[in-house]
Amino acid sequence: MRKVAVVGVGMSKFGELWDLNLRDLVVQAGINAIKDANIDGTEIKALYGGTMASGRLIGQEHIAALIVDAMGLNPIPATRVEGACASGGLALRNAYFAIASGAYDCVVVGGVEKMTDATTAEAVTALGGAGDQEWELLQGATFPGLYALMARRHMLEYGTTEEMLAAAAVKNHANAMHNKYAQFHNPITIEDVLHSKKVADPLKVLDCSPITDGAAAVILMDLEKAKEHTDNYVEIAASAQASDTVALHDRESLTEIRAAQIAAREAYRQAGITPKDIDVAEVHDCFTIAEIMAIEDVGFFPKGQGGRATLDGETKIGGTIPVNTSGGLKACGHPVGATGVKQVVELTWQLRGEAEGRQVADAQYGLAHNVGGSGATCVVHILKKP
Amino acid sequence: MRPGLPLLWRRTVERYNLVGSRCETCGTHFIPARNICPKCRRKGKIVPYKFSGRGKIYTYTIIRVAPEGYEFFVPYALAIIELEEGARITGQVVDIHPDDVKIGMPVEMVFRKIHEDGDEGLITYGFKFRPVNEVHQ
Repeated sequence: MRKVAVVGVGMSKFGELWDLNLRDLVVQAGINAIKDANIDGTEIKALYGGTMASGRLIGQEHIAALIVDAMGLNPIPATRVEGACASGGLALRNAYFAIASGAYDCVVVGGVEKMTDATTAEAVTALGGAGDQEWELLQGATFPGLYALMARRHMLEYGTTEEMLAAAAVKNHANAMHNKYAQFHNPITIEDVLHSKKVADPLKVLDCSPITDGAAAVILMDLEKAKEHTDNYVEIAASAQASDTVALHDRESLTEIRAAQIAAREAYRQAGITPKDIDVAEVHDCFTIAEIMAIEDVGFFPKGQGGRATLDGETKIGGTIPVNTSGGLKACGHPVGATGVKQVVELTWQLRGEAEGRQVADAQYGLAHNVGGSGATCVVHILKKP
Repeated sequence: MRPGLPLLWRRTVERYNLVGSRCETCGTHFIPARNICPKCRRKGKIVPYKFSGRGKIYTYTIIRVAPEGYEFFVPYALAIIELEEGARITGQVVDIHPDDVKIGMPVEMVFRKIHEDGDEGLITYGFKFRPVNEVHQ
């Protein structure tokens, strides 16, 4: 397979954006990425779009065709990729294969979700589609509820505390202060999290990622072509994916996401590195417990130590392994289909040294960890500075 | 999602009676029923299996923000139950104050109303779990 490079990235503002529709968001992100890549749109030969629930949220399917049309890129082939909250990461992985296989030299990946046209109840119900509709949701489960079931086991088996969970949200809000695209620009404290409204014990509202509108885009190119085109590229050193049971109750362990462990192991093998070599990571913190499990699953910390490490500040910028410098899903926002693409946008900025007030010094390797549902799909990418 | 009539009707036997399946090759129990054993694959022999309905709470949460159609029950305890046959299943724990639910608590399946779709819509029935009175066991 050929090697693949990221030559341009862009995103829209993330937030509650009532004046912008799905087209506006995705065109903003796409234009930013094409400008960043310094290419002509005609060089792009295919489009991969990640979105989870546009049908339920705004009544619009056929999203890839809509995006390619809005971007003025017809008649190139446009394909939608769906894997719940991992839709963006999966779209990127399919675009990666399109270049690696030699089918195309330059493609664009777009991730988007327009969520705030729906009521909160409608959005929560739409997101529930990532779980087992007949055997989890029908019983009265919600997504915060499913992650709460994992949190309770993690607390029992490893002594993880609600303060440790809260520390992840506090850190991510602090990081988002330096990200102009982020949904939230308000610092929070551990006390704020602990005293916020209970959603599904032990998770409170400030343990949960918000409902967000937003889009992100990435331009990929064959590595050899990228070298001729620019000095400002980043190499995709690994792309890995794994699956697990859709229903949480069918998993042997509820304190880890096995698909994430398997995908991460495969990604390190492809890149020829170990977790210690990663300088910056964007992980899927849909809930605070998800970040704690993620930093254990990808091997940054031993099993059960993620909560303690987070409380001790090891995942802050300047810590042993900075995690979610963008603000993560929690504070940058979680427009579901855009999230996996946004992770790679942030890592690209970090590896190019363009992350402004949140820059990690001398970042060489970045890892993106994107999870669908309660862990049935996981995709891990490793980016490398040339 | 508001479940449609066929979805609810199709699996009533399984849901009302906790009927799943068992692989006779490796002895693993499945609920909902699987037609393929992930371990044995083509060597597996799948037969229907009615669960006893008894088990223990493996983990739980208290749902305070409910999905559409479940608001009436809030706050309610939602748990993963480890059934005595080894399979695990998600269900609500009732006949107990949610704050008193504990991991490891013995429970048994009960037949209950799951939700109502308005005053004139479908009423969905199915299983929930209640604590077992250990004195009478």
